Amino acid sequence: MGPLLLQMLKATGTSLQIFFLTLLFALPLGMLVVRGRMAKNVVVSGLVNIYIMIMRGTPLILQLIFVYFAPYYLFHASYDRFTAVIIAFVINYAAYFAEIYRGGIQSIPKGQYEASSVLGFTKAHTFFRIILPQVVKQIVPALGNEVITLVKDTALAQTIGVAELFRVAQNASARQFSTAPIFIAGLFYFVMNGLVSKSFDMIEHKLAYYN
Amino acid sequence: MDEIITVRHVKKNFGELGVLRDISFSLHKGEVLSIIGPSGSGKSTLLRCITQLERVDGGEIDICGKRMVWTTDGAVTYADKESLRHIRLQCGLVFQNFNLFPHMSVLGNITEAQRFVLRKSKEEARKTAMELLGKMGLTDKADAYPGQLSGGQQQRVSIARALALNPQVLCFDEPTSALDPELTGEILRVIKDLAKEKMTMVVVTHEMQFAREVSDNVIFMDDGVIVEQGNPEELFGDPKNQRTRKFLLRYEQ
Repeated sequence: MGPLLLQMLKATGTSLQIFFLTLLFALPLGMLVVRGRMAKNVVVSGLVNIYIMIMRGTPLILQLIFVYFAPYYLFHASYDRFTAVIIAFVINYAAYFAEIYRGGIQSIPKGQYEASSVLGFTKAHTFFRIILPQVVKQIVPALGNEVITLVKDTALAQTIGVAELFRVAQNASARQFSTAPIFIAGLFYFVMNGLVSKSFDMIEHKLAYYN
Repeated sequence: MDEIITVRHVKKNFGELGVLRDISFSLHKGEVLSIIGPSGSGKSTLLRCITQLERVDGGEIDICGKRMVWTTDGAVTYADKESLRHIRLQCGLVFQNFNLFPHMSVLGNITEAQRFVLRKSKEEARKTAMELLGKMGLTDKADAYPGQLSGGQQQRVSIARALALNPQVLCFDEPTSALDPELTGEILRVIKDLAKEKMTMVVVTHEMQFAREVSDNVIFMDDGVIVEQGNPEELFGDPKNQRTRKFLLRYEQ
């Protein structure tokens, strides 16, 4: 049992790497995407919209396979599996985050922009000091939901052969003719998501200073 | 007398609809002008054109002697960005729905523009804010958030926020329309006090009694045009125009 747990902890490390790297890149990339999505230029907004439709309209597992194998079929070039996982997760999650951001931005009343304009604020000042803080509060619950999904989605990385937590648990389970490792992995995910929801509760609480 | 606002032949269309059709008037320093008229007559749009929230489709507007927008051969030209910014700060606007910043305290709402637009120090901005809050009877609410205040209190904060930039003229867009009847009085009292201090103001309002008491001039607008204007005694006491008379009758019961 000891070595198995150690193996699973190590694999959890890989899952956490996928998790944190995805957040690190997808959260800011989503802002770029939402800028494109809400751009006045119809070509830009149209293209970005197609990207979002593909990301949300096809399975992440398929996107993983595509990102890893497409370069091989196109250029006969192969690359690191872990990098492929991060790329696939980032472009997928950025699309979801962008839609959440968009909902938040659109929920801010026009009057906030008008008051800012009359008071002489620059566009940047209006965005960073007036709009963004209100958007953040608005989107935290939806973002929490998405981040919890991300924890569980890391299990898909095994599709292209990255040994994350669930893959290791499955292998162990096959070796030992027992489902126990899989249920232990389930417990791991449950604990990780417990921490995620606790963190989001804290953020929501911190932002509850006004309504 | 110094002209603070001069509007000549201003036009504004929303699609096919002419919301403002050839509006001209002027406002002098220290005067209070009320604009009355039925809903959809273009009163608010006129204020929004003066405060640069809407672009005009024709005519000229001067603010404090500076040309904001003019029209030559049908082409509308606005002043350069820097001039527009300068002009914007001369014209305060108080909204019907207050539009306070909900994530900032009352103090934050009033100091933000002072600090980041007028570049005043934090202490200086705070001092001005506290003076204004004192005037509005809200000293004890400095650290409250807008969501914790009544509508009347919120509107007084928004008046303080506009005054904090020390504008040459303050525009009010139906300042009491979003308030319960028992709260309108406190806002009207504040505007009356400002009038006593010779603050130049334009007030779009449905409060006829108030307009009659406080204004130096009254404009009656209907369907995008100024139907009648004059001093309140004339306009309310002896309206010349049939439409004005009909409109005022509805407020007399």
